[in-house]
Amino acid sequence: MIGEHSSKKYDEELEAIRSKVLLMGGMVETQFEQAMECFRVGNDENADRVMADDHAVNQLEVALDDACSHLIVRRQPTANDLRTVMATIKVITDLERIGDESSKIARTSKSLHGRGAVNGLNHFDTVRTISVATTEMLHDALDAFARLDGKQAMAIIAQDALIDHEFKTILRNLITFMMEDPRTISSALDTLWVAKAIERIGDHAKNIAEYVIYVVEGKDIRHTTKPATSERPVL
Amino acid sequence: MKPITMPTPTAPHTRPAKTIEIAGLNFFYGKTQSLTNVNLDIHDKQVTAFIGPSGCGKSTLLRTLNRMYDLYPGQRAEGTILYRGQNILEAGQDVNMLRAKVGMVFQKPTPFPMSVYDNIAFGVKLYEDLSKGAMDERVEWALKKAALWNEVKDKLNKSGLSLSGGQQQRLCIARGVAVKPDVLLLDEPTSALDPISTAKVEELISELKQDYTIAIVTHNMQQAARCSDYTAYMYLGEVVEFGVTDQLFMNPARKETQDYITGRFG
Repeated sequence: MIGEHSSKKYDEELEAIRSKVLLMGGMVETQFEQAMECFRVGNDENADRVMADDHAVNQLEVALDDACSHLIVRRQPTANDLRTVMATIKVITDLERIGDESSKIARTSKSLHGRGAVNGLNHFDTVRTISVATTEMLHDALDAFARLDGKQAMAIIAQDALIDHEFKTILRNLITFMMEDPRTISSALDTLWVAKAIERIGDHAKNIAEYVIYVVEGKDIRHTTKPATSERPVL
Repeated sequence: MKPITMPTPTAPHTRPAKTIEIAGLNFFYGKTQSLTNVNLDIHDKQVTAFIGPSGCGKSTLLRTLNRMYDLYPGQRAEGTILYRGQNILEAGQDVNMLRAKVGMVFQKPTPFPMSVYDNIAFGVKLYEDLSKGAMDERVEWALKKAALWNEVKDKLNKSGLSLSGGQQQRLCIARGVAVKPDVLLLDEPTSALDPISTAKVEELISELKQDYTIAIVTHNMQQAARCSDYTAYMYLGEVVEFGVTDQLFMNPARKETQDYITGRFG
């Protein structure tokens, strides 16, 4: 999709942006996985590293924003090139937020494990399903962005409803724990913050999938109840 | 809490009336065919831009719209071009009246070697017999329309050739406007101008479209995107894609158009 411009330099600039987005995607994916590992076993050092990595992700966001602005001023992109640049600017915002949510998970893990275990509430089991589903969804969203795969993006968007549903289940579950045994309240709330952060990461992954559709088909399907892809052939 | 009310959606985009309807147009330079089966409508009081690589036929198409090609032997057009419902390609058409109604501005400014005033009055005299006072008014009106009045009002008697390139081009546009045409054809009107003069001419185009139907040929795609309501992408004498400008530049329907406007051509 990117290659074959009459100007090779233009190709290089677009490719450089694309590679950096994928690098940033890989970074936040790792951040999220490590944050969940911290939540599972409790490891202060790892938690600190996840929070420190956020700085690098933020730097990358600033650099990519700058690269996109420069590309616009130099090349005045149109059609799919313009959509790619516009989508990139949006995607990196979502990636940066995923980084923030991962940091939040790492920070909460530190405080939860710092207080010690609480009988009855297995914090990690509570979020295991939503965590696995979101990890997969994020991976697929980045994959769809890398390959500009509209079909895969549509599947990801549908998946977000499952994650939202799972979050509501967790919420009910944790409320029950807190009502039955007030000693679980601190841990239950920490677990709830983590579940909420995971659910938000799912939303960001869904956003990324929506931008993939925008790049591929030129359709903005955000905030539509029933996303319908066009019948027009994909270019 | 007062509910947030969304603004009422605007009425669906209705296509304005058609000034020119081109159907099945073929054009030949001798034996060489340079336009093939062109079908396209030019809408009333809208700007229609023609883009495409050199030699794709966009200037040729523009020149058929006021039969400018008639001036050259061996050039002929087939098909129909309905201007306000009348086929201008038919024999027996008053070509001079047609050109008064469908004016043209060329790539290079072509002021006549006479005063600024006479440059404007020259065309008007061919079609109308105005008194001195009425002609003065017409010249002022045309120069104001072309956003040139303030710059030349004190040198109306100076030669049109003494003006800057951008001023000369606006003088040519004023000359075209002075005969009160219906349609203005602009063939790369800013390709020889600096960015400031270009911006002035573009500003002028958006002003003029209040009163005139405009067709513009341009190599500058950003200019087409900025100035026009409709855009046609042409290649090898055919119209590859024709549509609303924003749509064509954001999400063209044809891959060929996308390759051209994104610079993947050739």
